[in-house]
Amino acid sequence: MDLQTLTYVVVGFTFALYIGIAIWARAGSTKDFYVAGGGIHPIQNGMATAADWMSAASFISMAGLIALSYGGYGGSVFLMGWTGGYVILAMLIAPYLRKYGKFTVPEFIGDRFYSNSARTVAVICLIICSVTYVIGQMKGVGVAFSRFLEVDYDTGLYVGMTIVFFYAVLGGMKGITYTQIAQYCVLILAYTIPAIFISLQLTGNPVPQLGLGSTLVGTDVYLLDKLDMVVTDLGFKEYTTNVRLSGINMFAYTMSLMIGTAGLPHVIIRFFTVPKVKDARSSAGWALVFIAILYTTAPAVAGMARLNLIDTLGGEDGQGLIIEDRPVWFKNWEKTGLLNFDDKNGDGRIQYSADKEVNEMVKIDNDIMVLANPEIAKLPNWVIALVAAGGLAAALSTAAGLLLAISSAISHDLLKGILTPNISEKAELNASRIAMAFAIAGAGYLGLNPPGFAAGTVALAFGLAASSIFPALMMGIFSKSITKEGAIAGMVGGIGVTLFYVFQHKGIMFIPDTAFLGDTLPNWFLGIEPNAFGVVGAAVNFTVAFVVSRVTAEPPQEVQDLVEHIRVPVGSGEANAH
Amino acid sequence: MSPLNEEQGKEYWRRNLSLMLKLLTIWFIVSYGFGIILVDVLNQIKIGGYQLGFWFAQQGSIYVFVGLIFYYAKRMAALDKEFGVEEDE
Repeated sequence: MDLQTLTYVVVGFTFALYIGIAIWARAGSTKDFYVAGGGIHPIQNGMATAADWMSAASFISMAGLIALSYGGYGGSVFLMGWTGGYVILAMLIAPYLRKYGKFTVPEFIGDRFYSNSARTVAVICLIICSVTYVIGQMKGVGVAFSRFLEVDYDTGLYVGMTIVFFYAVLGGMKGITYTQIAQYCVLILAYTIPAIFISLQLTGNPVPQLGLGSTLVGTDVYLLDKLDMVVTDLGFKEYTTNVRLSGINMFAYTMSLMIGTAGLPHVIIRFFTVPKVKDARSSAGWALVFIAILYTTAPAVAGMARLNLIDTLGGEDGQGLIIEDRPVWFKNWEKTGLLNFDDKNGDGRIQYSADKEVNEMVKIDNDIMVLANPEIAKLPNWVIALVAAGGLAAALSTAAGLLLAISSAISHDLLKGILTPNISEKAELNASRIAMAFAIAGAGYLGLNPPGFAAGTVALAFGLAASSIFPALMMGIFSKSITKEGAIAGMVGGIGVTLFYVFQHKGIMFIPDTAFLGDTLPNWFLGIEPNAFGVVGAAVNFTVAFVVSRVTAEPPQEVQDLVEHIRVPVGSGEANAH
Repeated sequence: MSPLNEEQGKEYWRRNLSLMLKLLTIWFIVSYGFGIILVDVLNQIKIGGYQLGFWFAQQGSIYVFVGLIFYYAKRMAALDKEFGVEEDE
């Protein structure tokens, strides 16, 4: 069977599976729709959380970001940042919000800060973070389809939207949870199988995590030493010690991603689906186990793919790849624009170098590291087909989780909570389905007409969550004295400062000409790049909230009792609306 | 409402916070400490092909994170039992 047919078969099979699950797991009540009935086993929830969490960015882009853009060690910010947040979630957030036992994050903020204004501000922050995030996923779906199934980008996006529509609108959280479990299995196999093959080829060790620290086959040279040597020969900085800008920047970047993780509503609501407070704690552990399988493999994929790529580009004799002899995969990826060369000196060979003047590999997209990896390593066709299905699973599962967070904020918080409190359960369930359909259409529109900033926005979504929702939750759980005025001013101030900083360097609404300070190191506050600024926004949020709370009337007694109540597990009951 | 009196409630919360603080200190040390601040010092030590600081930044910190969460879950379950505030099976 040729690669094209095989890819259709594998992807078609996974899609049939997702739709089958959707029909089986229809939601019958708002409780099914918002929190999957509250009866999900902690290990199942961990697996679903992992798929929800690991987006197209984790699956397709991260290894390449580590290997190329962040030059090795600098990419550690993603590895530590996107896993360390689960420690915060497990200890500081998930168990208490599970005990509180409601359906959405803004609902907690509205009750704890005894005001519908606080709830509305939280809904707005939630929508800003989630929409920023979902655009990237829709783009991932379109790109994966257009490369692997050779349909055009728009068609790919429509197919993806239809699939998500089917299981998210029908099943709500219940459908999404069981589909995400299936999607996790697909994506983790698709990620680890090529990694195992490549680790075996290069080091003889089938475990990529160990292979990265091993010697190359038939030599006593360590893989990482070899990698350091070849990259420095080409004029790049040493792979294992290449710092991202500065220690302070790496610190801020890692912290922004960690607290952003702990503040992203689509992740938090997953912990409302388990039966007990105890389960919320352990479920975060299981989620991290399932995530760690991919996240500890990614740096191995990064290092090994980089070595393979440099090796291929060196040609038979190390003098540069002869253009006429370039491999088939190279030509295939040129068509997509992800790879490109320019024979500047006209010698018929491609010379790869860190020096921009001499470098003839004018374009190597980060995504190549994962997408073309199986072809570079000459793996069988079914592995390539599996990678296509895995990339789609990663993008679809995250998109569905985000869309649920958006639609429940609209139907449960705005409609049921604020605008029409007397709405019946049946009407609310219908409203949430309509909100979901609109959210999917909106995300699809933004995927078809991406605003200029769509590419680098995932890290930004974390900064926005870190500076708005995370501090509000922390202060709501750990302090009894923060007032509604304090919390509202804090959220507005935190997300405002973060957006302002990003806009001033990247352009207002990301329109490049409107940036009034250049996006370069000397203009950055303490040398912190815009993607890493969420932690500063969070500090602003905390400070403003504390100061304002000092000068406003203290929270009423029943709110202080509520804080006492969520600190102790007993009597949590099941998640419900009342 | 909580079955604990005010005294017990305070004690339960104090012990939770103290456990959290210890574990978050470890969380901070393995990632920000070993992976960023002290990375150059630790890179002097090599385990197999890995320089130790690099290993903590790209592998070790993640393994420790997993351990921390399960340890916290286990200790808190025990604390809940001790204070009689665990949920019914």
